[in-house]
Amino acid sequence: MLEDIGNLMQGFAVAITWKNLLFMLIGILLGVLIGVLPGLGGANGVAILLPLTFTMSPTSAIIMLSCLYWGALFGGAITSILFNIPGEPWSVATTFDGFPMGQQGRAGEAMTAAFTSSFVGALFAVLLITFLAPLVAKFALKFGPPEFFAIQFLTFCSFVGMGREPPAKTIVSMMLGFALAAVGLDTVTGTLRMTFGQSQLLQGFDFLIAVIGLFGLGEILLTMEEGLAFKGTRGKIDLNVVLKTWALLPKFWMTSLRACIIGCWMGITPGGATPASFMSYGMARRFSKNGDKFGTGQIEGVVAPETAAHAAGTSALLPMLTLGIPGSPTAAVLLGGLLIWGLQPGPLLFIEHKDFVWGLIASMYLGNIVGLLIVLTTVPFWAAILRIPFAIIAPVIVVICAIGAYTVHNRFFDVAMMVVFGVVGYFFKKLKYPLAPMVLALVLGDMAETAFRQSMLGSGGNVAVFFSNGLVASIMALALVILCWPLVSRGRERWRERSAKPRPA
Amino acid sequence: MDAKEGSARGDLATRWVELIVALLVVLGGLVVIVDSLRVGISWAEDGPRAGYFPFFIGCILVGAGLWIAGRTVIAWRELGGKTFATRDELKPVLAMLLPTIAYVVLISFIGIYVASALYIAAFMLWQGKFGLLPTLAISVGVPVALFLLFEVWFLVALPKGPLERMLGY
Repeated sequence: MLEDIGNLMQGFAVAITWKNLLFMLIGILLGVLIGVLPGLGGANGVAILLPLTFTMSPTSAIIMLSCLYWGALFGGAITSILFNIPGEPWSVATTFDGFPMGQQGRAGEAMTAAFTSSFVGALFAVLLITFLAPLVAKFALKFGPPEFFAIQFLTFCSFVGMGREPPAKTIVSMMLGFALAAVGLDTVTGTLRMTFGQSQLLQGFDFLIAVIGLFGLGEILLTMEEGLAFKGTRGKIDLNVVLKTWALLPKFWMTSLRACIIGCWMGITPGGATPASFMSYGMARRFSKNGDKFGTGQIEGVVAPETAAHAAGTSALLPMLTLGIPGSPTAAVLLGGLLIWGLQPGPLLFIEHKDFVWGLIASMYLGNIVGLLIVLTTVPFWAAILRIPFAIIAPVIVVICAIGAYTVHNRFFDVAMMVVFGVVGYFFKKLKYPLAPMVLALVLGDMAETAFRQSMLGSGGNVAVFFSNGLVASIMALALVILCWPLVSRGRERWRERSAKPRPA
Repeated sequence: MDAKEGSARGDLATRWVELIVALLVVLGGLVVIVDSLRVGISWAEDGPRAGYFPFFIGCILVGAGLWIAGRTVIAWRELGGKTFATRDELKPVLAMLLPTIAYVVLISFIGIYVASALYIAAFMLWQGKFGLLPTLAISVGVPVALFLLFEVWFLVALPKGPLERMLGY
């Protein structure tokens, strides 16, 4: 514990240099911009900027990119409250009560509540990371290939079991990710797989291209279909409103705490920020005294989803740093960044690159404080950006996506693939195929495959290796339980229906 | 595609899209399986061959795809009323997608900057009904700003065409 605090202080020393503070500021400003604009989000914003950071020091780069992520988390709330348009999927639940508040002329109050609870959620998650991550990393040092595969298996099972989408579709999306990850040179045997004689496919599919296409272009196509028109309330925040709202907020400490816990749980097991925000909103409605008034402009209805979304978004970095398994698409992109910068995520990171890890953790504290101050003071500016007609914003975003896709490998082929992924993203989103598992599988594909093959190699092809000791067996068992959870809960529902039916007759 | 039943002309029915996407998934799974068989799914002396892992992936893909397709067919009647997208919704989507495809093709010929200028200008004139002056200002201004940002400041080379070559880049 004390050692962690010492490490954290050293981290602050790393993070607080003029250069890193500047990168932090740039990251947050760009992040809020990305969060506000439709079609650009945390995941593809980081993906587009990633190639530009190849020459930077890894610590500065991750500070900038993670701040971009916090900024995007903050930014999503602005559009939800002022325009009833969620800038990010995780701020959909914020529109339920945030927009009515805006219409009643309480936009300032709603935004202060949203930003502050985002901050509280993030702070809770960062504290969790500070004290839990070193422990998890120490524990994970004992892991061998079977344990790593089991953890990855658990990650993917929790997508299937915990997701809101139909399980079969989650599986399809995930397996497509694995299949795409397998394209190209097989790292173990050196065999070419699924290239069909095309030299462009030798390097395989880069997940950055997939992220930019699926989340960027796909989102723009969806927005076009909805026929977007920004009609919103004016946003104004002054110190008076902020202080008044802050005086109100402590009343909702229970809602807040519940949201923090839900958020962290959903972030670490990769449920993600979006389901966390919905779950937290639902819970708050069920437990609140004013539960039946939810949806008419209750502050609690803003506090709950925002806290959970930010807690989930932040805590998603915990498994990424300690186990090399990202808890959200954006964390997946950051993980890809680590690999590109030459850092191997996982337990050894805490020993070999102390500066990097603790610099990042320290920057999370600073980034969120700076972020809160920035968004509170610059709301009118962001609201003005949203008044730019979509006919200008849309093509500019596509141009930025195209440049982002090209800069990954300096290949024209990638830009074309981005368009393909964009179309896939549009169809998948509309048919309720989740996109996050595909991205995660693309990132983890090679790692998961290597872990699987190494375990198989160790055991001579015997699957029983995944149940060979208590640790790996319990992880696998947990994974299988979560995988089958939809069946269990559906069975329970049917049983309940059947037992409920005879009564009304 | 015959999507007329139960909905207005030109509307895309969800069940058809659902079925076709599921069948494409099955097809993709088959491709993975066939290629895995080609590189070998068995054990070599030094361990599992390259197709060992993807083979399972392919099998699961085929299974899940068939499952979704099957469920769509079973619930075919109930799904009849659902539309994937109406004609009026599809129009703007295509109005976005087709120029974007043209834009990507153009990039390989005239470079990304000129293509971006044309793309933004076309979009603003056609979709936004902007006047000539604002269109010109934004469609030229954005690529110039990007050029300064990438080529001059970050020294990242993007695809360039005849115009940039003429200017000496």
